[in-house]
Amino acid sequence: MNFLEVEGISKSFRGLKAVANATFDVPSGAIVALIGPNGAGKTTCFNVIAGVFAPDSGKVIFKDKEIQGIRPDQVCAAGIGRTFQIVKPFAGLSVLDNVIVGALQRERSVASARVFSLSLLKKLKLDAKTDLPASSLTLPDRKRLEVARALATRPALLLLDEAMAGLRPTECDEMVGVFRDLNRADGLTILLIEHVMRAVMALAQKVVVLHHGEIIASGTPAEVVRDAAVLECYLGEETEV
Amino acid sequence: MNRRAIALLLTLGIFLLVLPEVANAYVLSVATLILFFAYTGQAWNVMMGFCGQLSLGHSLYVGIGAYAAAGLFFHYGIGPWAGVWLAIALCVAMGAAIGFLAFRFSISGVYFALLTIAFAEFTRIGFDHIDWLGGPAGLFIKVAQRDKMDLLDFRGPPAMYYYAALALTAGAFVFCFFLLQSRAGYYWQAIRENEEAAQALGINTFRWKMLAVGISSAMTAVAGVFFAFYYNNLFPEQIFNISRSIEIILGPIIGGVGTLFGPVLGAAVLTLLADGITELLAAMGWEIPGIKQVFYGVVLLLVIMFLPHGIWPALAKRLGISR
Repeated sequence: MNFLEVEGISKSFRGLKAVANATFDVPSGAIVALIGPNGAGKTTCFNVIAGVFAPDSGKVIFKDKEIQGIRPDQVCAAGIGRTFQIVKPFAGLSVLDNVIVGALQRERSVASARVFSLSLLKKLKLDAKTDLPASSLTLPDRKRLEVARALATRPALLLLDEAMAGLRPTECDEMVGVFRDLNRADGLTILLIEHVMRAVMALAQKVVVLHHGEIIASGTPAEVVRDAAVLECYLGEETEV
Repeated sequence: MNRRAIALLLTLGIFLLVLPEVANAYVLSVATLILFFAYTGQAWNVMMGFCGQLSLGHSLYVGIGAYAAAGLFFHYGIGPWAGVWLAIALCVAMGAAIGFLAFRFSISGVYFALLTIAFAEFTRIGFDHIDWLGGPAGLFIKVAQRDKMDLLDFRGPPAMYYYAALALTAGAFVFCFFLLQSRAGYYWQAIRENEEAAQALGINTFRWKMLAVGISSAMTAVAGVFFAFYYNNLFPEQIFNISRSIEIILGPIIGGVGTLFGPVLGAAVLTLLADGITELLAAMGWEIPGIKQVFYGVVLLLVIMFLPHGIWPALAKRLGISR
């Protein structure tokens, strides 16, 4: 059995098929990347897993339980944390309070949530900014905060929606290091959507390629970048620009 | 809450405790009114300031609470200590009905505000037709004798009402302080700032929003009971009126939405200025109906222009008090 299995999910918006019969799995302890050109249906796929949308058909099985169609907070309680592509910090709250909100998912008291949150902020190198309002953070810091907040819910599976986008190469490498560390040391399973191939190649053991809502390739990063269909869909997109 | 804030609270507390010893009847009545609005503002603030759910119909809870306790007292001689529980139960039920409709069917923002107005308005019209509670002609309970104190029936001199209002305001302040430090406080603020993100962090937003409405309506119900026994007369046209709801929310908005001191400060500023100007004009021999409302409008305009987060956050910064 697999840790997370996505079985033939489809989701349409007003007749437009965003995801069509997508099937893939994420083994426990793995880092899997979901890539594809813009509009390929990656975020929709994420939102179905995270409970934002119920799929029109298909199943999402997490730890042997069907979770498709349940609410986002129930998905989180089941052990799946997520970040948003467009970051959604609690702007009026301090950086620390942002993370405490997440930590309260598993912690019994605010005091213990605070302790845990501080350790996470340290891990993500935000410990100098704990008392600043989240609204004052730069984009890279907001991305880090987004990750810290999701980690605070102590997920078994972390969904990262373009966590590296907009980061400079050195910052990107730093984040890669953080995720690799979380994966190796804490056994965190990660499913990421990413355009930054530098991060994908460094992190993912498996890559799933979506195009027009369908999965066109899947395999190790080295296999996927040589795949004819993948090259075509990416090159095709580049010529349009 | 740092040392300066505690010092400020202590000073304020002592001042308010000894005020009836030095103040005349007029000053005491103004102070009671300020405390009444500070308390109801604090109650409204739980819903809007903490949880981000805009209610423009809080007069509903004041009215239902007032009529529940006054009705029991008028018809059966049951005092407010028992009546307040009926008031709370009815208001929480009403709040739960509004909350359920809105949150279950994802009515939010201005549409939620409209729903709260609608409930207050149809309740007002409904009460016009309840003869048992006096209908449009009003419900009058026996006026308190000023020199005799009857705590059981909450009848007594103005100072008693003043201290009751002070106790409510202080209690609400402390209660809200602890709410903000609790899980509920964190979850509410998360919902206020970004509901989608809050939900992704495992927060059952429906349940916590319902809790905010429940606590806010229960607190406001108590204000209604106070209102009934302080003013002794109730008219649906007045108590459920939307202008009452507006009066309740102006204090916290001007003082600072979502802050603990905001509702108290806002109530004081508005009541003092409005009363001051009415007095001043009366002294000059002018009686202009509606001048208070015009004045409210002007103050609101100025605050929004120059202090969009309210007076308290700016003042707190000056005083070196956090939030």
